[in-house]
Amino acid sequence: MRHRITLLPLILSLAACRQDMHNQPRYKPLAGTGFFGDGRSARPSPEGTVARGELHIDKARYTGKVDGNDVTAFPFPITRADVSRGQQRFNIYCSPCHSRLGDGNGMIVRRGFRQAANYNTDKLRNAPVGHFFDVITNGFGAMPSYASRIPPDDRWRIVAYIRVLQFSQNAKLEDAPPAERQELEAMPVTPSPAPSPTPQKEVSR
Amino acid sequence: MAQIFHRSANSLANITIAAVILGIGGLLWASYRIDQGSFITEVGIARQQPVPFSHKHHVTDDGIDCRYCHTSVEVSPFAGLPPTETCMSCHSQIWTNAEMLEPVRASYRTGQSIEWTRVYDLPDFVYFNHSIHINKGVGCSTCHGRVDLMPLTYKANTLYMQWCVECHRNPAKYVRPREEVFNMTYQAPGNQMELGRRLVAEYKVQSLTDCVTCHR
Repeated sequence: MRHRITLLPLILSLAACRQDMHNQPRYKPLAGTGFFGDGRSARPSPEGTVARGELHIDKARYTGKVDGNDVTAFPFPITRADVSRGQQRFNIYCSPCHSRLGDGNGMIVRRGFRQAANYNTDKLRNAPVGHFFDVITNGFGAMPSYASRIPPDDRWRIVAYIRVLQFSQNAKLEDAPPAERQELEAMPVTPSPAPSPTPQKEVSR
Repeated sequence: MAQIFHRSANSLANITIAAVILGIGGLLWASYRIDQGSFITEVGIARQQPVPFSHKHHVTDDGIDCRYCHTSVEVSPFAGLPPTETCMSCHSQIWTNAEMLEPVRASYRTGQSIEWTRVYDLPDFVYFNHSIHINKGVGCSTCHGRVDLMPLTYKANTLYMQWCVECHRNPAKYVRPREEVFNMTYQAPGNQMELGRRLVAEYKVQSLTDCVTCHR
């Protein structure tokens, strides 16, 4: 009996090495499995099903097109908060190639990716908003679809920010408010610098 | 009657008592050190991966935001691991012949997943949600360290309960402004406690130390 009592702590300390509770019979997101043939625990949705919140009836809002033509107006009113969110999302997903100025010379292009579109051309300045939405959704040329990474409403906010970039890159001194105009006039003229690779501060949401 | 014990038995007894106490203490100390060491915690040890992916290159050299790949970190418990499609956004055009990237291209061709090795593996009895931490001003680097300087990814912290609770007891020591959460080079300012207390009030950060917060 006495031996059993002295052995007890040893048995308990060995029992603590078991990982039953650490590794329970359930899957973490994207964990592998031997149960399904393709080795994935994350299952694709069965054909013909619509996930909750994914029933996209409003064609203009979810495809950027009506009867095959790009829509010319935003499907919801764009507020300042939407533009800020658009800026943030643009800097995350678009600026690697299109650059933070939208001139198409982002870091990935400088590393050898095919030249990305410059938004500051007459063709794209005059393009309807639905065109940009469609390109984000379905890709264009070497650009892949960003539909799985950017939810539809954020795509519209990015389009709104592209409009901001187009305006800012083509703005004249008279477009600035008087107070800022004076400040701008006082600044020495320098060639515009290359976009900085270090992340800039984001506008807070 | 002759003495049963030789007089050296006194010293022997003393030495034995000392040895037992020191021995037990030493064992406890050694097991504590082993438990805290990287042999058990895996802190600082880069894991073998099918592709030697460098966060340093993609974040520091290329300036890509965390969320370009970890898309769900702001809205879900899981930060999100990029599908092969995301890698191929750029690597369909860049480094297309690199031997190193063959597993990525193979995955894209065949539709088979790349089997990455999990670096941060919480025990299954712990509930954790990325999005709430992000939205309350806990920076990526607070828990994951300077991932932007890691050529190969390794664990920066133990994920031990005492480590979690250290922040849960006093979040003001660690929170930062929301717009700095994804800034990997952020340094806590000199007046962190003052700033932290203000942010804790502003973001309504609660000091949650109930067992059921994580063990639910």
